[in-house]
Amino acid sequence: MATTYDIATQQAEPKQGGLASVVAVESVYKSFAGHKVLNGISLRVNKGETLAVLGRSGTGKSVLLRLIIGLDRPDSGSICIHGQNIAGLALDRMGEIRKRMGFLFQQAALYDSLTVRENVAFPLEHHRGDLSKSERADRVRQLLIEVGLDGDISKMPSDISGGMQKRVGLARALALEPEILLLDEPTAGLDPISSGEIDELILKLQRERQMASIVVTHDLHSAKTIAGRLALLNEGDVVIEGTFEDLQRSDIGFVKEFLQQS
Amino acid sequence: MSVIANSATTLFNGFFEWFGELGIFSWRVLTAAVTPPYEWRELVRQLDEVGSKSLPLVAMAGAAIGVIISLEARYSLTRFGAKSMFPATLVYSVVQVMGPVITGLVVSGRVGAGMGAELASMKVTEQIDAIEASAINPYRLLAATRILACILMLPLLTLATDACALLTGWFAQALVEPLSFHQFISSGFNGATFNAFLPQTFKTAVYGLIIGLIACFQGMRTRGGAAGVGRAATNSVVLASLFLILADVVLVKFILVFFT
Repeated sequence: MATTYDIATQQAEPKQGGLASVVAVESVYKSFAGHKVLNGISLRVNKGETLAVLGRSGTGKSVLLRLIIGLDRPDSGSICIHGQNIAGLALDRMGEIRKRMGFLFQQAALYDSLTVRENVAFPLEHHRGDLSKSERADRVRQLLIEVGLDGDISKMPSDISGGMQKRVGLARALALEPEILLLDEPTAGLDPISSGEIDELILKLQRERQMASIVVTHDLHSAKTIAGRLALLNEGDVVIEGTFEDLQRSDIGFVKEFLQQS
Repeated sequence: MSVIANSATTLFNGFFEWFGELGIFSWRVLTAAVTPPYEWRELVRQLDEVGSKSLPLVAMAGAAIGVIISLEARYSLTRFGAKSMFPATLVYSVVQVMGPVITGLVVSGRVGAGMGAELASMKVTEQIDAIEASAINPYRLLAATRILACILMLPLLTLATDACALLTGWFAQALVEPLSFHQFISSGFNGATFNAFLPQTFKTAVYGLIIGLIACFQGMRTRGGAAGVGRAATNSVVLASLFLILADVVLVKFILVFFT
């Protein structure tokens, strides 16, 4: 079902179908040591939809993801996951919501004392006690095959390349079959070929799993490849939101400058 | 003048902020530790890390302390014509004073620095955030297990230190003049009660709490890359050792009041 969105508004309300937002960020403010990072930002993402959040460095893109998964708390505003406001939830209560989310960190954040296999098995061992050891091992193998890493499962994270680390991070993020996937700069620091492969992988996973995804990136090419909708941030707020074509048609000076420089 | 006043205010605020954050951290660890799921596998790993891997070090430290006390005690007691008191002096010095403190300081150096650096490194590379993002409570998995391992292992390591110190202390004495080990032990522990030794040994569980808590706290609040990791490791050792000695003052008084 097609869904269209208002361009250049802070709130993207579905106009057709009335789909309930899986992630709804409303008027969120966040400061660090008096420095305002997010300035009343509002965003919504529906099931099966991918939103790319673009912007210059330091505009609060990664902070937005950290707020959505509850690693930081907003100063004000609400962040609803499946309709539940997570701002102020206790750690263990937040854990229940996090089981439905996957997070790929910018530097992959793999556990450096564990092998690739153990990294991917880590969430399963903690949350899927109902699975037998062999079922968990099968699941890990399946996830690693899915991200194209079957041959390197006994290596330590320090022994594999940056692109491979991202793949392992992605496999770990998918281990609990999340309904929401948060990707922080999935192609940062990778060569163009590896970036393209990661983009393809994300697209494939999106098609197969129909997750609601938010991708934070600097990479406009990557953003238009993997996301149906783009939101451009500046000074902690959304300047414009829409398809890539909507951004191209915009008369806003910052949007034009950003597209030209990218 | 105002610069000095500002510095003093910053220092004062920082001092109370540190204790405030430590209080919040302790509460989070406590609530995580007493609620399921329990991280048994990680606890066993930490028991091995803190216990068996510290054993050679505390044994060596104990052995050295035994020889030192033996040499010093023999010299002093001979001067005052109280040579017959040698076994009791050695036993009481080791078990009541030196064994617990030396074990605490050695473990503080090895385990405190290791834990502080490991957790700090995990913090700056976002591994702790990744654990939290995987819906796993890092206070339960990382902090509670390490602190509990320190609490459980310190008394056992103290017993090992004491045993090594008594053995080498006796050996150093036996090299100078004949003294059987049986004679040494029966004379040293003659008239001793459990109250004279057990509280002194088990007070090291409090040292374990201090070492584990400070190391985990310093590690998990680290900011700022490699420099931050270095700072966390140093601060873990320095603060844990300092608080351990300060706590000993209170513990000794407590034991004297309630157990003698």
